[in-house]
Amino acid sequence: MNLLEGEVRPGFRAPDAGDFVFPSIFGDSVLTTKPVVLVFFSVILISTFFIASSRKALVVPSKIQFAGEMVYGFVRNEIGKDVIGSEFQRFVPFLFTIFTFILTNNIFGIIPLIQFPTMSRIGFPVSITIFVYLTYHFVAIRKHGLFKYLKDMCFMPGIPKFMYVILAPLELATYFLIRPLTLAMRLFGNMFAGHLLLILFTLGGEYMLHDKLIMQLFSVFSFGFSLGFTFFEFFVQCLQAYIFTLLSALYIAGALADEH
Amino acid sequence: MIKLNYLINLAAEEAPSPVIPHPVEIIVGLIAFSLLFYVLKTKVVPKFEKAYEERTNAIEGGLVRAEKAQVEAERVLRAYTTQLAEAQSEAQKIREESRVQGAAIIEDLREKAKEEAARITAAAQQSIEAERQQAITSLRNEVGALATELASKIVGEALDDQVRQSRIVDRFVADLEKSN
Repeated sequence: MNLLEGEVRPGFRAPDAGDFVFPSIFGDSVLTTKPVVLVFFSVILISTFFIASSRKALVVPSKIQFAGEMVYGFVRNEIGKDVIGSEFQRFVPFLFTIFTFILTNNIFGIIPLIQFPTMSRIGFPVSITIFVYLTYHFVAIRKHGLFKYLKDMCFMPGIPKFMYVILAPLELATYFLIRPLTLAMRLFGNMFAGHLLLILFTLGGEYMLHDKLIMQLFSVFSFGFSLGFTFFEFFVQCLQAYIFTLLSALYIAGALADEH
Repeated sequence: MIKLNYLINLAAEEAPSPVIPHPVEIIVGLIAFSLLFYVLKTKVVPKFEKAYEERTNAIEGGLVRAEKAQVEAERVLRAYTTQLAEAQSEAQKIREESRVQGAAIIEDLREKAKEEAARITAAAQQSIEAERQQAITSLRNEVGALATELASKIVGEALDDQVRQSRIVDRFVADLEKSN
């Protein structure tokens, strides 16, 4: 214990992975911990907003419809249509769900009182990744058949034969391990690190505020940084939702393509 | 070594590895995502798509309608132009025809008038001729009778024989005509 505490001044506990573990709100059930409650809250929030937004579906949209349509149009056209191409329409609901679900849960990280990005609990990125993983494999197998899918994957055309010894395992690993792992880890890592930094600077600032004058000066910087970093976090949260959706679309597009 | 293990265990207890997913959270994630997917797919996406389609239709429909109107206008204009030309040629034809007809009518009337005139002339001539014949006949008879009477008076003999009388008259008249 002394070994770990020796690195920081006594009395200050640096935030760590433990800050991402929450006690249950009611009883001991994991189902009522803050992240789980937030995830369900996000589902209600997104559903309510978009149902309200799309309910009337007018040709000339109201303000709320316009806002909802902007998000929907972004996913539909910028991600779905541009990446997947002609068959994009049937994947739009899936991509739309991914984007809104991740975006909302990410932004929870900087919403006052909530202030926890749910995607920093790796279980949630993993569950979305499972859907993406199943989807792009399923799409490819249905389109090309299992054998051709695997064959195209392992043996890219136009490459010297002996290279397949190296390339085939790499490709297999890419499709079956690396893609899902990176997809889940990227989102989780960004949210985890971002939130950790935010609480570090906030807690640090708070700690230094109760110290000597010089420390109180530093405390201002610490708070200032955490404030600025909040804006940066917002950017990262949106970006990560976009990247996750974009990559999902890319994987589906790859599965639909004739050659890998 | 034991202490290190203890530390690791302690650390693990205090802060469970953040990269090991909690099974319940995965399941919760799956359920939450499925729920959201269901709601967005059935309630939201169709509505937005409908709005998109209607908007596209409204814009494209407007264009199509404008194009249709243009085509219609052109068609009507062509029809009017054709009709106008037809009407003009028709009028021309009618004018031509009426002129021809007028000429024909005049010609006809003239012909009829001529005929009528000829007929009247012929009738008049006929009547004159008839009257002349009548006059000649009656004159001849009267002249005959007068002459006979005169002659019988002069000669003093009655020429009762009809045939002879007639012959004498004829000769007399012929002499009269000759002398005329």
